[in-house]
Amino acid sequence: MAVSIHIKNVMKKYDDNVVIPNLSLDIAKGELFTLLGPSGCGKTTLLRMIAGFNTIEKGTIAFDEKIINDIPVHQRNFGMVFQSYAIFPNMTVYGNIEYGLKNKHLSKEEIKKRVFEIMDTVQITPYKDRYPDKLSGGQQQRVALARAIAVRPQVLLMDEPLSNLDAKLRLEMRNVIRDIQKRVGITTVYVTHDQEEALAISDRIAIMNNGEIYQVEVPEKIYLRPYNTFVANFIGHSHCFQATVTESGEMTAIKFETGLTVNLKNVKPLTVGQVVLVYVRPEEFVLCDESQGMPGIIKSRQFLGKFINYFVDFGTKNLTEVSVNTNSANSLFSPGEKIWMRVDTERVNLFAKDSETTLLEGVQSNV
Amino acid sequence: MFKRKQIRFDFWDFVTLFSLVFFGMFLVLPVGKMILYAFQGKGVEGFTLANFIKFFSRRYYVSALTNSIKVVLSATFLIILFGVPLAYITTTYKIKWKKFIDVLIIISMLSPPFIGAYSWILMLGRNGTITVFFKNVLGISLPDIYGFRGILLVFILKLFPYIYMYTKGALKKVDASLGEAAESLGYHGIKKILTVDLKLITPTILAGATVVFLRAFSDYGTPRLIGEGYITLPVIIYQEWVSETGSNAYFASSVAMIMMTVAAVVFLIQQQISNKKNYTMSSLNPPQPKQLHGVKNFFAHFFVYFIVFLATLPQIYIIAISFRNNNGMMWTEGYGFGNYQAVFQKATNSILNTFKFGIIAIFIVIIFGTLFAYLTVRRKNIFSKILDVFVMFPYVIPGTIFGLILLMTYNSGPIILSGTAAIIIIAYVIRRMAYTVRSSSAILRQINPNIEEASISLGYSQLPTFFNVTMPAMIPGIISGAILSWITIINELSSTLMLYTSKTATMSVAIFQEINRGGYGTAAALSTILTFTMVVSLLLFFRFTKSEEIDL
Repeated sequence: MAVSIHIKNVMKKYDDNVVIPNLSLDIAKGELFTLLGPSGCGKTTLLRMIAGFNTIEKGTIAFDEKIINDIPVHQRNFGMVFQSYAIFPNMTVYGNIEYGLKNKHLSKEEIKKRVFEIMDTVQITPYKDRYPDKLSGGQQQRVALARAIAVRPQVLLMDEPLSNLDAKLRLEMRNVIRDIQKRVGITTVYVTHDQEEALAISDRIAIMNNGEIYQVEVPEKIYLRPYNTFVANFIGHSHCFQATVTESGEMTAIKFETGLTVNLKNVKPLTVGQVVLVYVRPEEFVLCDESQGMPGIIKSRQFLGKFINYFVDFGTKNLTEVSVNTNSANSLFSPGEKIWMRVDTERVNLFAKDSETTLLEGVQSNV
Repeated sequence: MFKRKQIRFDFWDFVTLFSLVFFGMFLVLPVGKMILYAFQGKGVEGFTLANFIKFFSRRYYVSALTNSIKVVLSATFLIILFGVPLAYITTTYKIKWKKFIDVLIIISMLSPPFIGAYSWILMLGRNGTITVFFKNVLGISLPDIYGFRGILLVFILKLFPYIYMYTKGALKKVDASLGEAAESLGYHGIKKILTVDLKLITPTILAGATVVFLRAFSDYGTPRLIGEGYITLPVIIYQEWVSETGSNAYFASSVAMIMMTVAAVVFLIQQQISNKKNYTMSSLNPPQPKQLHGVKNFFAHFFVYFIVFLATLPQIYIIAISFRNNNGMMWTEGYGFGNYQAVFQKATNSILNTFKFGIIAIFIVIIFGTLFAYLTVRRKNIFSKILDVFVMFPYVIPGTIFGLILLMTYNSGPIILSGTAAIIIIAYVIRRMAYTVRSSSAILRQINPNIEEASISLGYSQLPTFFNVTMPAMIPGIISGAILSWITIINELSSTLMLYTSKTATMSVAIFQEINRGGYGTAAALSTILTFTMVVSLLLFFRFTKSEEIDL
């Protein structure tokens, strides 16, 4: 049932405006693959090209070996879940799910069996006779999902399916989607601009910007080892320090603009004196004593429950956000206090200043 | 891919092509012919301005133009003066039996103006009930109802509902917090109304005023019945076309062209102003009507009830009088069903025709109106834009003119339609399609295109998707447009008057003839039947859609 998707050198333009210049991507059979990027990056455009709602100006898209460019949309055999759910307002829950099956030359019993099966899976059987205007957002979302997978499509396409739900339902529904997708084993392309959602739900993520893919990786690697500064900035939050290489070879030593010197492992060969960018996430700072760290002045404080975030002046152009675990000893400081901090050298990321791509060994863009 | 797309000729391309041909034949061609005719003359070779010179050099014609403009402008102005405060009062303050009042206003708006004229003549004319009562009992002779005054009275009472409905619709969209914001900034009372509410709804009032202007300007029945010596342009056109000294299609065409130019100019000016001053309002917090007290409350109710009473009076009077005995020409004593018996003996055919033509026309209007709405909203290209113009264009063509040019085009040549039912149905379809298209496309704009894509993704191609998903979702919009199309079709007089033969006369034509012939009893009975049909249609509409009003 499930197929792999092969996108090869596709190009998309609206009039003279090129939205996707040249994009290639392979999505494996049965995986939940997420296109993640800021709005306007072309992720929905790409999804709609796979669906066939957008034309493909150049290149090919194939399900397994079969190129689908010229197959009319209604014959492509995919299911789609829309941001607006797009539940047919003139049909009941049952009618919505049955709709796609009625077109498949199945016996009445078979249709009924399948509708009930899928309604059970997404847990909407009690609402089967309701019309959409009597359903909550979460229930509509379940109907949309059920309707899309009821026809047992080769591919499931999801366009920001959770963005219209409130925060709590969003968490619940993403588990539902993840769960059902794994159970049905259907190849799924999932579009979102919500990084947390993408990290939680995906087998692999492609980070997109300006119609290009910057990195394709599993969620943890996307977060821990971004390929370039765009990915590092987009996923989570990092402070960028400038640093100068003071030693290269077996061990690489760099000196921060703030005066801190650290030793790093697994770094590509660099030249001494070269300027590099060090990306440090708020939780990658470690409190230490005067001898090991760099000094900073606390400017303000945000209490977030599990963590306390401080905005610290290390003498750089912008304030630096530092996250301290509330439960750790000595976690509470007041604005104006002076502290010393070092960074976790295993976890910080290093980028070239000119190309803005990673300087760490073994980090791949996979594009 | 791109090339394939160009060759592919799908259902929607077919609809586009068909509709362009349809409008080409029955709108563009007749209008083109009218323009050509306007510059020609009997026995004159080539083009000439003689018709226009004749028109502008004779006082008779020029005064018809000035008469038209004078009475129509006065009516429009007075209607704004009464209609806007009326709408303001009923939306801002609690008025008892408001729903009932709204229904009465809708009914008086949708009934044909000439019936109103006829009723006022029966009440206030030379031998009118009220006139006679005042003269014989009180010894007071009332002023004459005929001419400018009569036309003005009928126009105001027939057309103020347009301004009322438009203004009410707009006022409901003015967020209540805007008024509260104005008050918090120190504006209250009249000053608040003038600076906030009135400013925001001005574009809507203008749109309503344009509708009033165009309706009044193109009305033939009212000035013909109550105008007497006060001749207006539609009357001239009709006279020139059916004149006993031999009809003059060329001259009638040039008068028609002058009329259409005036109408188009008014329409374009309104569009210009609306485009410049269009506020998008979404009312999260719609205004809640407030309870007035004491004298204010009394006057608010009095004002509303008085206007609605005047507007409904002709209708009520006609219904009452339709039961009065009549010997053909004269009213006699007592009440009964004599007039209705006479109607069913003489005019069954016209009643049947109204329903036959009306049902066929509304069927076509609904099918094509829905398809056209889809084309103009979902398939935007140069052709659908042209189509949109074609659909809306009949707004500015007075019915008399439309009947005339349709007749001129199809009473000779390869296709002869004059005298057939088809030509009347075509006139109805083209003249009344706009209501259905407009409200269908309004609802379609609110329908997320994703539901169509969802259907396609589930394996249905475009056409089944349209009928399975899009059209059902559009139904409320289609119906609320179709009810207006339907009622205005069954009431249609001016173009039918040009196109009918004895076999294809409709109810409104029969009423008009009876009035002219002095058969007041049968006219009243027929009018009552027409009103009854309309009221039943409206009630069914309200029942079926569970709505309480009609969107114009």
